[in-house]
Amino acid sequence: MLKRPLAFRGGIRLAHHKYESAHSPIASAPLPERLILPLRQSAGRAPEPIVREGDRVKKGDRIAAAEEWISASLHAPTSGTVRAIGPFPVAHPSGLSAPAIVIEADGADEWGEKTPLLDSPARSAANRAALSPEETQRFLQNMGVVGLGGAVFPSHVKLSRAPNTPLQTLIINGAECEPFITCDDRLMRERADDVISGTLFLRDLLEVKETLIAVENNKPEAADALRAALARADAAREIRDVAVMELPAIYPAGSIKQLIFALTGKRAPAHVLPTALGVQCFNAATVYCVWRAVAHGEPVTHRVVTLTGNVEHPGNMEVPLGMPMGQLLALARPRPETDACIVGGPMMGFLLTDERAPVVKGSNCLIARSDAFFPPLEPETSCIRCTSCAQVCPQGLQPYELYWWSRAKNSEKAARYQLMECIECGCCAYVCPAHIPLVQYFRFAKGEVRAAEKAQDMAARAKERFEFRQLRAEREKAERAEKLARAAALQAEKLALAAVTDTDSPANAQTPTTENAP
Amino acid sequence: MDVLTAIAILTLGAALLGAALGFAAVHFRVEGNPLTEKIAALLPQTQCGQCGYPGCKPYAEAIAQGGADINLCAPGGEDGVRKIAELLGLEIKPLAEGAAQKPPAVARIVEDRCIGCTLCIQACPVDAIVGAAKQMHTVISSLCTGCELCLPPCPENCIEMLPVQETTENWAWRYPARVPALPPLALSPAASGENSC
Ligand code: SF4
Ligand code: SF4
Ligand code: SF4
Repeated sequence: MLKRPLAFRGGIRLAHHKYESAHSPIASAPLPERLILPLRQSAGRAPEPIVREGDRVKKGDRIAAAEEWISASLHAPTSGTVRAIGPFPVAHPSGLSAPAIVIEADGADEWGEKTPLLDSPARSAANRAALSPEETQRFLQNMGVVGLGGAVFPSHVKLSRAPNTPLQTLIINGAECEPFITCDDRLMRERADDVISGTLFLRDLLEVKETLIAVENNKPEAADALRAALARADAAREIRDVAVMELPAIYPAGSIKQLIFALTGKRAPAHVLPTALGVQCFNAATVYCVWRAVAHGEPVTHRVVTLTGNVEHPGNMEVPLGMPMGQLLALARPRPETDACIVGGPMMGFLLTDERAPVVKGSNCLIARSDAFFPPLEPETSCIRCTSCAQVCPQGLQPYELYWWSRAKNSEKAARYQLMECIECGCCAYVCPAHIPLVQYFRFAKGEVRAAEKAQDMAARAKERFEFRQLRAEREKAERAEKLARAAALQAEKLALAAVTDTDSPANAQTPTTENAP
Repeated sequence: MDVLTAIAILTLGAALLGAALGFAAVHFRVEGNPLTEKIAALLPQTQCGQCGYPGCKPYAEAIAQGGADINLCAPGGEDGVRKIAELLGLEIKPLAEGAAQKPPAVARIVEDRCIGCTLCIQACPVDAIVGAAKQMHTVISSLCTGCELCLPPCPENCIEMLPVQETTENWAWRYPARVPALPPLALSPAASGENSC
């Protein structure tokens, strides 16, 4: 275990803007009348609805079930009636609609049956050991637990062991490195015991050697709360291999590869997953949800969202999934000059296009935008090849080369400069003196690369099917010819036989054979 | 004497090399024309025949033998032409007249009009249509390449081409505008509930 975190390459120091929203406790958002639950709330395949219009549901009831491994179920955040299943505006940079389940709340907020995985939170270690990892994985999938840090990757998938590298390190990511966002900070401060219990649960399940909880050093209260909770857990059973580490607040310290390097000194080369290095990472809020699910039988139905920016009352709220974002931001009272709403952080977020779009599992922050907080972008000029971008790129890329090829719409060349390793952190665009929206070019070029890959796959499959079809046609032709020949031969034989018995004339027997043969 | 030795050595060398080359020619022979394969790998494999050849491979063969222009493949589009031009070291040229790239689409059979004649099944080069005689037929849209070869044989004219819809699943970021503009968003004034924090 490293004594002190290492400094990763690149990165930038940003104004934190955390104190505005971090000073007050997490409040409960009022229950809206209608909840809109988009089916896709995680990476992988969207779950399939298992309710119909008019069905009554209780809080925590499963309303859509995962049908594939990389997919997670979805649950009703409150009791009420299913009103519609169909396309609805969602928070997506495209502004397109996506299929969703609409629930009209009845106001009772009545829980359905809760079935925790561990019968009581104090279930003994021996019992816990009897749980098979597969059982836990299935359970978490059914509880809809996904990464709440932003990538929304289903958590159960990350609990599978890599075939040949044993897991050594479990990292709990509480870095929360993007400015303005404080939802994980407040959660770690106020619910540290659950975060620690969840951490220990995952530690036992994955059988790792060391567990590191990473918190940026601009959140000393969260780090202290976690240490205190750890000490309380330690009093119950001895814990030697779990430590809270404070990272220097350099953006993007919470990005996975940077975090792994800072805490373990391991560098993941391009296209290598962290599990191949024996490291697995979970976000702190995800770990909290894991514990709520396994110990209390509560699926993921709510999440903490930071409301901040140009508002009267910045803070954090525990919000039922499906609450319209416009309605939620209104609770923090945006000031008059607010002109837009940023979903996510200021570095990696996007602008909300429809205020009816609902909060989903991945929505961590809403920022009321105004020119005072975010001065308007200056016009883009030409790249002067100053290489400032390359100096701050945490992935060690050369953004100016990526830009050159992306701008020329030559995504193949950009891919050769490791475009796909770009994490879209925005450091390069932040420092660029030419005000080039570099990340926007990279996102475009990445889309092109993915489309080309898809076309290539499609072509390969079409070719395979076409060739198989030709093969089959040939085989069928050959078979038909053979059958005909056989039938002809048979007939010839019969005729010959008849000829021999009847007239004894061999001349008659030969004619049909030659005529019928193809 | 020296001259004779030199000649002998050279003759021996020539014979050995000749034998080696002959052996290589027989044992390491490449089946098919490697250039044809390389060109075929750049074609979209829809087998649609819009280039005037009976499939992607025949067209690749025709290009490899120098007989065909490189800009005849409509589904491959300008990008496809560029890739072939780069491979062969030729000038990039625009798509041939009449060979316009269409937006991606998949076939759909209007099922209540289908009479189950199986003609479209026989036409589809990638086996993307399922059905049996006198039964309704269906296109498996994930396998359909949009080649439109199934349209003409249908006696009922009941196959239509549906453009692929843009969804949040297949959407991709656009090329950035020079000056990024904010989408208009009117935030309603404090709508519901008192703020408790
Ligand atoms: S920071 Fe901007 S101007 Fe400087 S090299 Fe990078 S892209 Fe060019
Ligand atoms: S956005 Fe991509 S290229 Fe730019 S600094 Fe971040 S990782 Fe590097
Ligand atoms: S279904 Fe029709 S359009 Fe689709 S691949 Fe087959 S023949 Fe072509």
